[in-house]
Amino acid sequence: MAKKIFRVKAKARGGKTAVKMMAKHNMDTGLQKGKDGNLIPAKFLDTVSVSHGGKVVFEANLNTAISKNPYLAFTFEGGAKGEELTVAWSENTGSTGTETAAIK
Amino acid sequence: MNRRTVVKAIAASGALIGLGAMMPRVAVAAWNKDAFNAKSQADALNALYGSAAEASADVMLKAPDIAENGAVVPVSVESKLANIESMAIFVEQNPTPLAAEFGIPAGTAADVSTRVRMGKTTNVTAVVKAGGKTYSATKEVKVTIGGCGG
Repeated sequence: MAKKIFRVKAKARGGKTAVKMMAKHNMDTGLQKGKDGNLIPAKFLDTVSVSHGGKVVFEANLNTAISKNPYLAFTFEGGAKGEELTVAWSENTGSTGTETAAIK
Repeated sequence: MNRRTVVKAIAASGALIGLGAMMPRVAVAAWNKDAFNAKSQADALNALYGSAAEASADVMLKAPDIAENGAVVPVSVESKLANIESMAIFVEQNPTPLAAEFGIPAGTAADVSTRVRMGKTTNVTAVVKAGGKTYSATKEVKVTIGGCGG
């Protein structure tokens, strides 16, 4: 399994779960030049989908205008301590990944 | 059946299960290429929601008045509207104005935070689609250092 790129902090409180997540990702825009003067090709996360118990609770389609190391925060109803969140992501390059994180 | 075909079959079914897990995308359409690559905000909005958005006080956009570093501008969008389907963030003067689109399924609070890049001082617009209509809120953010490289 590939290395996890997301750090997820999910906290269940009062029937709701607050999720803060940050990916370790450069989000290269394709507009920036590298040290050799050539453009760095675009490489960014384009979709992120978070599900809980088989139900999608949050989806994001991202563009290059999202900062390096993308941060996302949202809250959904349900979720309890010890349950799992599944994070599925894909890059514009076609690579994908699925990760899990526990709710605290 | 020899070993090779068994391994192949297992690999294929694994791939199918993976696909199945990725499939239930209801709230938000797949990455909308036209919208994300559009060079103007109006085009992007049209490609994404098919209509212009109506300014509304029910869309709350939180962004700094002055961003010291355009590479990291915290933005949050919140709305009390009913039946929210999706939300989007636009940065008007960026090379591609549509920064992100969020799918908000039922049960998820319409309160999302993220951080965007801004090339220069411009308007940030949050658009919320609720009950088939689109609403927006706009705020100007001054940028002292651009965040789009160069």
